[in-house]
Amino acid sequence: MAPSFDTLTEQDLHEEEEEEIDFSDLKEQYEVKIEEGLDTFVVIDGLPVVPEDSRQKLIKFLLRKLNTVGHTSEDAVFMPINDKNMSEGFAFVEYETPEQAVAAVKQLHGVPLDKKHTLAVNKLMDIDRYGREGRIDEEYKPPTIEPFKEKEHLRSWLGDANARDQFALYRNDKVGVFWNNKNNPPENVVDRAHWTQLFVQWSPKGTYLASVHPQGVQLWGGPAFSKQKQFPHPFVQLVEFSPGESYLTTWSARPIQVEEGHPVLTYEEDGKNIIIWDIVTGKPLRSFVSHDLTAGPGAEGDAQPKKKVQWPAFKWSADEKYVARMLQNQSISIYELPRMNLLGKTSVKIDGVMDFEWSPATVNREGVKQYEQLLCFWTPEIGSNPARVALMSVPSKEIVRTRNLFNVSDVKLHWQSQGTYVCVKVDRHSKSKKSMATNLEIFRVREKGVPVEVVDSLKDTVINFAWEPNGGRFVLITNGEAPSGAAVLPKTSVSFFAPEKKGVSAGNFKLVRTIEKKTSNAIYWSPKGRFVVVATVHSQTSFDIDFWDMDFEGEKPEGEKDLAANLQLMKTVEHYGVTDIDWDPTGRYVVSSASVWTHSMENGYNIHTFAGQTLAEHPTDKFKQFIWRPRPATLLSKEEQKQVRKNLREYSKEFDEEDKYAVDIANTAVVETRKRVLNEWVAWIRREKEFLAEDKDAFGVPEDVDSAKQARDAPAVSDDQGETVVEEIVEEIIEENEEVIG
Amino acid sequence: MRPILLSGHERSLNQIKFNRDGDLIFSVAKDKIVCAWWSANGERLGTYTGHQGAIWTVDVSPNTILLATGSADNTVRLWNVKTGECVKVWDFPTAVKRVEFTPDGSRLLAVTEKRMGFLGTIAVLDIAYGEDLTSQADEPSLRITCEESKATVAGWSFMGKYIIAGHEDGSVSQYDGKTGEQLENVQAHEFDHQINDLQFSTDRTYFITASKDKSAKLMSARNLAILKTYVADTPLNSATITPKKDYVILGGGQAAMDVTTTSARQGKFEARFYHKVFEDEIGRVRGHFGPLNTVHVHPNGTAYASGGEDGYVRVHHFDKSYFDFMYEVEREQMRR
Repeated sequence: MAPSFDTLTEQDLHEEEEEEIDFSDLKEQYEVKIEEGLDTFVVIDGLPVVPEDSRQKLIKFLLRKLNTVGHTSEDAVFMPINDKNMSEGFAFVEYETPEQAVAAVKQLHGVPLDKKHTLAVNKLMDIDRYGREGRIDEEYKPPTIEPFKEKEHLRSWLGDANARDQFALYRNDKVGVFWNNKNNPPENVVDRAHWTQLFVQWSPKGTYLASVHPQGVQLWGGPAFSKQKQFPHPFVQLVEFSPGESYLTTWSARPIQVEEGHPVLTYEEDGKNIIIWDIVTGKPLRSFVSHDLTAGPGAEGDAQPKKKVQWPAFKWSADEKYVARMLQNQSISIYELPRMNLLGKTSVKIDGVMDFEWSPATVNREGVKQYEQLLCFWTPEIGSNPARVALMSVPSKEIVRTRNLFNVSDVKLHWQSQGTYVCVKVDRHSKSKKSMATNLEIFRVREKGVPVEVVDSLKDTVINFAWEPNGGRFVLITNGEAPSGAAVLPKTSVSFFAPEKKGVSAGNFKLVRTIEKKTSNAIYWSPKGRFVVVATVHSQTSFDIDFWDMDFEGEKPEGEKDLAANLQLMKTVEHYGVTDIDWDPTGRYVVSSASVWTHSMENGYNIHTFAGQTLAEHPTDKFKQFIWRPRPATLLSKEEQKQVRKNLREYSKEFDEEDKYAVDIANTAVVETRKRVLNEWVAWIRREKEFLAEDKDAFGVPEDVDSAKQARDAPAVSDDQGETVVEEIVEEIIEENEEVIG
Repeated sequence: MRPILLSGHERSLNQIKFNRDGDLIFSVAKDKIVCAWWSANGERLGTYTGHQGAIWTVDVSPNTILLATGSADNTVRLWNVKTGECVKVWDFPTAVKRVEFTPDGSRLLAVTEKRMGFLGTIAVLDIAYGEDLTSQADEPSLRITCEESKATVAGWSFMGKYIIAGHEDGSVSQYDGKTGEQLENVQAHEFDHQINDLQFSTDRTYFITASKDKSAKLMSARNLAILKTYVADTPLNSATITPKKDYVILGGGQAAMDVTTTSARQGKFEARFYHKVFEDEIGRVRGHFGPLNTVHVHPNGTAYASGGEDGYVRVHHFDKSYFDFMYEVEREQMRR
């Protein structure tokens, strides 16, 4: 089944072939009547009732409003007068074009004319369509309430007896969801051809799987991955979920063109690129034009910078109460959910703002009682003003900490997953702008006054940085001088940092170790911390994947005694052409994959343990995407989690036994099938021999008809001769002497 | 398993054949000459020259008296194995892609290419082993025309009862060996994935096909039932069934035109051994630096030869471990 938007009903899911869909009811409901000329007319209601004498005055007054959205004239306004020489309180207006009429409906409807009167603007055709007799029932009929329908369990996968994880696999035209079975082949849950057009994406807690089609986005979920919701955003290209799975942002490069009578989209969405949807209702909350496309020429008058899609265009606060968007160089607009109104009715003006990031968790700062979300942004040097990094508290919009910086060429903001630290990676150039260096300015958000720690300036530029999830350690990769000649990869160095041990609070960040002469360019922390994978991806010559342990349980080098880390390289594996690396949500497995989106050589994915032991290799033709299904946060309390960790050995004993048992079962099964297959084969051969003998009998040919002897004049070949011994005389020169006689 | 490297050809190999006794190997390549080798040590016995174009195919009569070759010069030639003389030339309108003797050597089939308005055909020639080998019938005794999809390979079943042909569209058909009537047609491989090789088991009751669709299939000659499927990760050019041990050997690799800047690891230029019954891959033999175009096994199952796009023939005599390898279930069966 190809689940596409064309099949709008749920039942189509279960049909093999697409049937003609009966659209007659929909057609009737949303029927579009094209009546020549009438779509330039609007009806304005809610006008004051005036005597005929003052009619012209009112029309003139009204025209001022009407001409704000389009062009019309006194002659084009018709205000009927009744027998009592009074106006009726409404007027017909003709605009120049249908677009202007639409704009009038959009912008003037509900606008107050004066204190007592509010305009009600409708298209003439709409009045005709809905106002016609019989179209609307005279009597009120209470809406029928649909009987309660049991919804599917959207989190059933978490109840797997063996706590296995699921993943989605997109290869060729097919998308499948599988259970990870360690080194055994994955178990299929569903596999559908043409399930998506562009890519698939899990929601952040794993409840939904999103598929992307030219018609919009579809969400799938439940044990059998049935269709849960549809979001008809035409030509959608990018999708983003809010962290709590309540909202969805969709983007398309092409502005949306809403046709009249669209069941979900309204004129509100016309011409927009971005829609924020409420996932539960399936309705758009608000839509926006994307900033990147309307951005004017570059601020500094330089060559216009390349336009890039700003994505995610809307960034969510950790609790989904706010969503913010930046207008580069100008402002940040913060919207409140669920109404999507602008917080404080204005955007926050920040001259030159380049980037911002929300804290990924709600932070309790020391000495701050009221509720807040934190947002970090930076501005570059403008004129004589220094560059600036600041933390803003929302909803108060108060700047809680700011820091000035000089000689800045670029800044990247990295929040630690709990919002404890934010690392500001500052790329600085020397005065001559010839050499580059990087500073790390780490804001300790939870501590009083938000102290900033500066990690010694690194001589080389930092190309990658990653915090340990739920921890205080980080890894960064610096880029040395690139050797001339593009064929050679620039050598990189990988540095591991950890805080000093200092009582309860973490001490200063110190370098643990730097590994030089690597080619690595990507860092992947285990979602549970401690383990980190450093790899070279998207390279054509180097494919190493290093598995590091930051809390190695062995001996610790003397020099690193004060550090809260014991670094150990566990294993290095190679995966030819690796493009992506993904940790499973529990931090047990790592999948490295080579996607056909990047190159077409040896596509497929390999599964490794967290320690780098390769469990299985799955070369897959036209492999595109591998994504683990995320898990929601654990429901266990801190104490319960501690209990689990304490009794880990007992549990693992149990599991080891189970594993062993499973292996035994599997082995027996394999042996059984082999036995069966072999017996079948032997039986087939025997039967075939009998057939052959029968055939020979029937044709009256001798038993050895197929033997070479039948050919006339054949030399006698005796079978009993068996193996022949071939004697070969090999002459070898043992010694060569040259004697000169004379 | 140290291979013997036979470097007698200047261009890519097209087919290799052991004779029925297994002491000789015949190889043909795009370089217009046929080579005969001693299989035991790889010494070249001689060449057969005369063809004007690339030679696509070779077969040797079961009694090792006659050798048949088919070439891009639109001829089938018959050679005296012993003397190297060309005893007969049949002209065809198009290139000849495959020749094969019946098990008793009395007939020879030739598969002709579809080109220049001529449809692909399978022609059957009667072969005489008289005093004078040059006295052969001039006209084919039977001609099968492939209307739908041209045949790329063909062979004789047991007793020469059926002609089995593999087609360009991935299907396999069964023709009556006497009348040429099509009895059966099975879409064995993926549609439009050409079948590149078709080789029979020793008793010719079943055969193996190798296709561009990256799989090889073991099929019954009697009813074209697919018995086994061997899945590889690369397009296959050749497949053979080993006597004595229940294995099959597959050869292939990325097509020459697709190999650009890739390294040898990328090309998958290895001979792959699969267990015939269990369909598991059990081993690979590296060595060629181009795709394998042809593999053939010694009739006694003691050696195999592979020919590659790289122009080399590699002859491997199997080690003891090859014969010793056995699945536990097989061993059990043996004991019983």
